[in-house]
Amino acid sequence: MTKETSHISSEQQRYAFLLQLGSRIGLAVLIASFLAYVFGLIPAHVPLEQLTQLWHLPLHEYLEKTNTPTGWNWVSLATKGDISNLIGIAILCASSVLCLLAVIPVYARRGDKVYVVLCILAIAVQLLAASGILSVGH
Amino acid sequence: MVEKAILGFGRFLKAHAVVIWLALSMCAASAYAANAIPVPSTMPWWTLPLGLFVTSFLLGIVAVPSGVGGGVLFVPIVGGFFPFHLDFVRGAGLLVALASALAAGPSLLRGGLASLRLALPLAVLASASAIAGAMVGLAIPANIVQIALGSTILGIVLLMAMAKKSEFPEVLAPDSLSTALAMNGIFHDAARGQNINWQVHRTKTGLALFLCIGFLAGLFGMGAGWANVPVLNLLMGAPLKVSAGTSSFILTLGDSSAAWIYMNKGAVLAIVTVPSVIGMMLGATIGARLLHVLKASVVRKMVISLLLFAGIRALLKGLGIWV
Repeated sequence: MTKETSHISSEQQRYAFLLQLGSRIGLAVLIASFLAYVFGLIPAHVPLEQLTQLWHLPLHEYLEKTNTPTGWNWVSLATKGDISNLIGIAILCASSVLCLLAVIPVYARRGDKVYVVLCILAIAVQLLAASGILSVGH
Repeated sequence: MVEKAILGFGRFLKAHAVVIWLALSMCAASAYAANAIPVPSTMPWWTLPLGLFVTSFLLGIVAVPSGVGGGVLFVPIVGGFFPFHLDFVRGAGLLVALASALAAGPSLLRGGLASLRLALPLAVLASASAIAGAMVGLAIPANIVQIALGSTILGIVLLMAMAKKSEFPEVLAPDSLSTALAMNGIFHDAARGQNINWQVHRTKTGLALFLCIGFLAGLFGMGAGWANVPVLNLLMGAPLKVSAGTSSFILTLGDSSAAWIYMNKGAVLAIVTVPSVIGMMLGATIGARLLHVLKASVVRKMVISLLLFAGIRALLKGLGIWV
């Protein structure tokens, strides 16, 4: 550890390592799936030629016309080119949860109960958002 | 060799700032023209995603030297001048801001420019309210969102034009809440070659403001660096570099919670999102390397004028005057 980084806490170092790992994996998966999608290696749920006539529509109309599922139902269509991109996006969105989980034991060992609770709250918020429970109509 | 080429590119940009401004305007105008033409046009499908990539790349270059996040530029400009519905643009905007924050986050944490202790309490509130903002944004009509977006962008223009910055704000004594949460730290200032101790105050007001900022970020699909940094720096008294770094880190939590909502609602289109994310990240990488070549004040003025134009456009589009 250098003089410049000796004041960086161990939990912060651990968080940084996992965040970098998660975001790199997410980005790599996203780029790979996007290339497979635009070069037609995997058939799309909504063909690209058709998409140009639909992307100006309000969300609810677009979903209706393309029969695109909401919530976690996209997983059943994850083999489709356009939908497969959501895997990389989900990894990017979820990468912080892994980091938060990893720093809880560090705070707990130090007896820093407030930050243990804060980490649990932050994870709960992320899981609530990801769950798909919170959905409203347009 | 690569460094030389980038520096040469930087000098070129510096000498041609007006040309870049015009290029961005032309990208926007051509996309607007495509928008004005009935949508099922004869243009091949890849032209607009390519235009989106080029626009995001140029925005990424100017975002870093101007001190604003890419998301705040992306949503009003792409939402105002490209034919994609605002719902998809906001979904992409959140991912653009999230990907940029995720790319910068690890090195900011390792370098001590982002503080986990300072960020966590603020990020919990910002991410919770970002969910509410995203839900409201997807529930109300697009023209109302456009009007609110235009008004907010014009407010940001005012904030950018008027707000001062303080490199090392004076915090005589931390308040009781920041003391209880130990929201303090040390960062190594490479420019001065010394370690700087910092602490914060006015924590309760800061927490309340982060609730509002998170809501706006979710509502408009923008990153919130434009608001995070002044609150952390001018209100709470964190050093400017720690404020900028911690702000970026807070976005990794706030934007991801809002992005889940957009994704669950089906408002994330790969063809809009991915070229934007890649373009913005490549542009920001070059923008960061050009920090010492480009004159930040010139870039900042250029960005303010672009935002002013985009804000007026969003407002008029929402009001049905310039559709």
